[in-house]
Amino acid sequence: MDKIISKEEVSSIFKDGMTIMAGGFMGVGTPQGLVSAMLEAEVKDITLIVNDTAFIESGVGPLISNGRVKKVIASHIGTNPETGRQMIAGELDVELVPQGTLAERVRAGGSGLGGVLTPTGVGTVVEEGKEKITVDGREFLLEKPLRAEVALLKAYKADKAGNLIYHRSARNFNPLMALAADLVIVQVEQVVEIGEIDPDEVMTPGILVDKIFVQGGCC
Amino acid sequence: MVSTQLNSKQIIAARVAKEMKDGDVVNLGIGLPTMVPSFLPPNVNVILQSENGYIGLGPLDGEVDPDLVNAGGQPASILPGGAFFDSLFSFELIRGGHVDVTVLGGLEVDAEGNLANWMVPGKMIPGMGGAMDLVTGAKKVIVAMEHTAKNGSSKILEECRLPLTGKGVVDLIVTELAVFRVTDEGLVLEELQDGIDLKTVEEKTEASFKISQAILEN
Repeated sequence: MDKIISKEEVSSIFKDGMTIMAGGFMGVGTPQGLVSAMLEAEVKDITLIVNDTAFIESGVGPLISNGRVKKVIASHIGTNPETGRQMIAGELDVELVPQGTLAERVRAGGSGLGGVLTPTGVGTVVEEGKEKITVDGREFLLEKPLRAEVALLKAYKADKAGNLIYHRSARNFNPLMALAADLVIVQVEQVVEIGEIDPDEVMTPGILVDKIFVQGGCC
Repeated sequence: MVSTQLNSKQIIAARVAKEMKDGDVVNLGIGLPTMVPSFLPPNVNVILQSENGYIGLGPLDGEVDPDLVNAGGQPASILPGGAFFDSLFSFELIRGGHVDVTVLGGLEVDAEGNLANWMVPGKMIPGMGGAMDLVTGAKKVIVAMEHTAKNGSSKILEECRLPLTGKGVVDLIVTELAVFRVTDEGLVLEELQDGIDLKTVEEKTEASFKISQAILEN
């Protein structure tokens, strides 16, 4: 099965109203080529699940600045003033989630769990509307799973089976999101033949990766 | 007295540095807390954890690698012996009690050890990022902040007014005027910074506090 696809093929995947996850921490580890393909698809009313909304012109930021997003679920929006502006103007729904809780919710979504119990946020506004469960005398919040229709990942290297290796701090949310979406697309800097990546070095197994987009073209 | 005059932030960072033990795993918030390592004595080496996914955070040395940034998104390095991991593992370390000390800034702290540092309703809503997990999970939470806000009002309150980052989470408050420990019986003034008298601290602190034996005996 050939997993490698072109930017045009990537663009054709997106539909209005989709829920999309994207890896990255302030743009580091965000697949900029896939974000650009999504912009070219001119879809709207997207629900975006990301750690942060990065910057106006980089990371997933351009999706916000171009008005493609109706709801964002993130831990931090402070570096992209457009997110805050749209939120205050009532154009964008923002759900702020503690970063560790966001990671756990994505994990739950990807690993068949009904949620996680975390002490993070107890006694703060984060607990509003959530079930509190006491375990051995300590209070926890029940945080529910997050899943998406499409996950957009960035890895350093893939083999043609989709086995992935990430580079430095660009790993962040990418391996978690590989488990938590119906369709997983990865942007890589290089693609090698099957067998060229030592199985011991694989960080995300290829069975989770549906499509590979090679930045700068391929093969 | 030291020969070079330290500014308020340096006084705070230098005092926080004294809380670190050799080998501690430490997470530093953005801004003032990042100044702490430069005040560590030569025999104290700490291992810095960066919440975007590694331990062994170091200052930028040499070329910028666009894939290697600190939790503020700034170019950084990884020191020998460091390790990268994903965000899930990063917060397992943080929430699971594997980080010895976290140092964060504060907008308000109160007598019960509540901390507010992530939003000002109607003005500034950047999001909590990793702060709520850090104050919940780190073994020791140090708030490093200037004693008063820009308008001169106390940031150490009887009760926080801003939305909380964590409830009853703070262990130590270090300002340019004083050091307070949070105890079950409320705040205890542990130290006065060099050249600061008790009256100044009393005037600039809204919260009530006990005074440690060491200060009373001086």
